[in-house]
Amino acid sequence: MFPAIEPQVLIAVGLAAGVTYSLRLGGLLLASRFPRSGRFRRGMDALPGALLFSLVLPSIVAEGVWGLMAAALTAIVVLRTRNTLAAMLCGMLVIFAVRKMGL
Amino acid sequence: MIRGARANVPVAASAMAYGSVLGVLAAQKGLNWLDMMYMNSAVFAGAAQFVMVDMWSNHMPIFEMTLAVLVINLRYLLIGASLDPLFSGRGLLHKMGMMHLVADENWAVTMSEQRNGSATTWFLFGGGVFLYLAWSSGTLIGLLGGGFITRPEEYALDFAFTAVFTALAVGLWRGKSDILPWVVAGAAALLAHKFLPGKWYIVAGGLAGAVSAMLSPCETDEVEEVEDVPSY
Repeated sequence: MFPAIEPQVLIAVGLAAGVTYSLRLGGLLLASRFPRSGRFRRGMDALPGALLFSLVLPSIVAEGVWGLMAAALTAIVVLRTRNTLAAMLCGMLVIFAVRKMGL
Repeated sequence: MIRGARANVPVAASAMAYGSVLGVLAAQKGLNWLDMMYMNSAVFAGAAQFVMVDMWSNHMPIFEMTLAVLVINLRYLLIGASLDPLFSGRGLLHKMGMMHLVADENWAVTMSEQRNGSATTWFLFGGGVFLYLAWSSGTLIGLLGGGFITRPEEYALDFAFTAVFTALAVGLWRGKSDILPWVVAGAAALLAHKFLPGKWYIVAGGLAGAVSAMLSPCETDEVEEVEDVPSY
């Protein structure tokens, strides 16, 4: 059976989509007006790493000591093996085991 | 483009894992598969979709939802800006077509690849398409098979996101010049996470890190150590 989308869902999701796309494209289009060298460039170069680090750190800390352990293991595995998938699974395994044992 | 898709296999696996978590939550909120696919296709942003599903109700809080999505996705302004060098010389239509399928995952993989100097906009886009397929199947598996996994957090599926981005962050580490911005970013993110609502901490941390790099002395400007970048 083919379900229908309610009008309010159509609007709500449509607005969310519009906002998200505008941010994506807006960032790109605005950036070409910025200087390409000097201090500003250095800030923009540091941005990706800083942004990703900010994205994960609070969730790692929220898991407590074991979250830090899981993150450390993930980092070590990715540095040693360069395998992101293996690193992710190792990190998840720590959290899985800890929750299973109720630590 | 194929190369981009292949490079995104690990992140796509993780997207599928936490996509299934989203699907389970969505099933509990009464979303049907069409709602889900509409949201996957139109919004295509993990964290925002989690919050949207959380706010989902019989009377959609349209204004609050839009505002929440705006705040959570503010980081895309920065992500978009950081892609400017990759898109240099490309026309507006090319940019408009490529940017919709930019998510945290394929962006991060592309930034790593760019360290090797071999990233292109098609690499980014190939990753985006592949990610879209993985994300969609993950969410649908969770939505339709929700009965099987009633408590996804038991299997640490909710940690998949954190784990994969930790691995990607390690890949973006550029050496000594990153110590200051990362410490500042981390501190700002933790503070913002504690004191500000929602997802402000991502933008706060990222901006604080970038600003600290701008204000730091110039000595590390030219000699940037290129660390080993993980291959995917």
